[in-house]
Amino acid sequence: MAWRFDREAVQGLRLISPTFAYVLVMLAAPLLMVITFSFWTQDYLTIDMTPTLDNYREAWTKPIYQVLMWRSLKISLIVTAVTVILAFPIAYFLSFHVQKRKALWLFLITVPFWTSYLLRVFLWKVILGYNGVFNTTLMGLGFIEEPLTFILYNLNAVVITLAHAWAPFAILPIFVALEKIDRSLLEAATDLGDSPMRRFFRITLPLAMPGIVASTLIVLIPTVGDFITPRLVGGTDGLMISNMIQIQFGKANNAPLGAALAVSAMVVIGLISAAIFFGGKKLGGRVR
Amino acid sequence: MKWLSVRWLTVYAVVYMIFLYAPVILLPLFAFNTSTIIAFPLSGFTTEWFVGLWYTETLHTALGNSMIVGLTTAVLSTLLGAFAARASARFVFPGKTGIVGLIMLPLVLPEIIVAVALLVMLNQLGMPLSLWTVVGGHVLICTPFSIAILSSAYRGLDRELEEASFDLGESRWGTFRRVTLPLVLPGVISSLLITFTISLDEFIIAFFLTGTDVTLPVYIWSQLRFPAKLPSVMALGTLLLAVSVLLLIAAEALRRRSAARQGVDTTLAGV
Repeated sequence: MAWRFDREAVQGLRLISPTFAYVLVMLAAPLLMVITFSFWTQDYLTIDMTPTLDNYREAWTKPIYQVLMWRSLKISLIVTAVTVILAFPIAYFLSFHVQKRKALWLFLITVPFWTSYLLRVFLWKVILGYNGVFNTTLMGLGFIEEPLTFILYNLNAVVITLAHAWAPFAILPIFVALEKIDRSLLEAATDLGDSPMRRFFRITLPLAMPGIVASTLIVLIPTVGDFITPRLVGGTDGLMISNMIQIQFGKANNAPLGAALAVSAMVVIGLISAAIFFGGKKLGGRVR
Repeated sequence: MKWLSVRWLTVYAVVYMIFLYAPVILLPLFAFNTSTIIAFPLSGFTTEWFVGLWYTETLHTALGNSMIVGLTTAVLSTLLGAFAARASARFVFPGKTGIVGLIMLPLVLPEIIVAVALLVMLNQLGMPLSLWTVVGGHVLICTPFSIAILSSAYRGLDRELEEASFDLGESRWGTFRRVTLPLVLPGVISSLLITFTISLDEFIIAFFLTGTDVTLPVYIWSQLRFPAKLPSVMALGTLLLAVSVLLLIAAEALRRRSAARQGVDTTLAGV
């Protein structure tokens, strides 16, 4: 048996080795390099390889970076909360009330996601703008006299656009978790006299928690790295840390500082993700 | 629990779908609109923006580049995905969780981090940016998707079918060609289509790693700055959406056929 396991282990490792090697060269090595790089400094085109904490000192103390970092965190957390809260009822509807056409619904939910991302963001600008679709419709219907100005070129627009962009990623994990719930548990609860409310909070929600945590993380982590949405619809108050990272690697030509900002953002978001992951594990997973 | 009643949820679902489709519906509307200003009211029907695409040289170059990148990415990431999916579905080996975790990491890593890390490495190695550096990044982020699709194909694969084939005297290669491959082929094609579609629309990595040869999304990004170009960008977007949806329908049909052939539940597999 031991021999069999050994042979199997060798076969498995050999089979996965090309993919593993690729990821080591193209992901692990570059990530280590970016971390190393963040401790170096750059003067126009020459790189000074003396290790220093200067980049991190600048990234964590200069007001502009602090402001951007806080704002990114705030926007990402708001986007995540909004996206997941909006997604839950849809996932619940699909899992509990759609009988025959589940696959079709799932397909329809993913179609908008395949519209060019850049164009989707741009079209939100068209919808939310001063003379945009939203304002002209509301004025046409007589709900408002003047166009609303608080919806474009600020945080609200970023939240709406990102909540739209990440919708399918939030819905699918929750849907999968809800599908896995054994319906007889709910019947048993009803038979034992639980009200629908109690049943929802004591069975459905805890058992859906792994899906909720997954969708929270799937939305939270990438939104921190987005720079297109803030750039196109965010205005000056909606710019995020990724815009600054992009500027450091581009126009500002200070890649080490950009690297330090990227590493800092990654560490912060990693810690928050870990907290959400373990918090979610504590909250859900079993029927109380 | 009134808010969980069927009626409220149905109303909510409809409103949510309107929210999801709002920008998507505008795309063809403005693509066929005569005015160069992207705003309501619509002024008239025209196909001139689509015709214009036919004569835009730079667009054709970008499209060609995207095709090269997309096709190469699809083949490479499906190949790498197949190795990893097969290994993780069929074998037990030390370090499996860690290795698979690292391979799947790009799925949750912000794309800007992947892009910036690759850029720093390429600069340090003195490698010039080109379409191949874009392919390198795209393969990295597409492989996890390929693994997700292929895992369900491999998991449904009955190990005994292969063993029976060996027992009946078929060689390793013969077994692969005549037993394994036909069973996972729909999954493989589905993976090729999905990874191609992802690569076709990927912007952030292409933006950082592209040299002078731009891909389609990078081209679109450059066009967004010129108001006069917007209607033709809308036309281009409409075509891209149509192509993506057709590819997805094909991918989904194949995935379901593969799942049905192996008796796996079709609604959940691969999600």
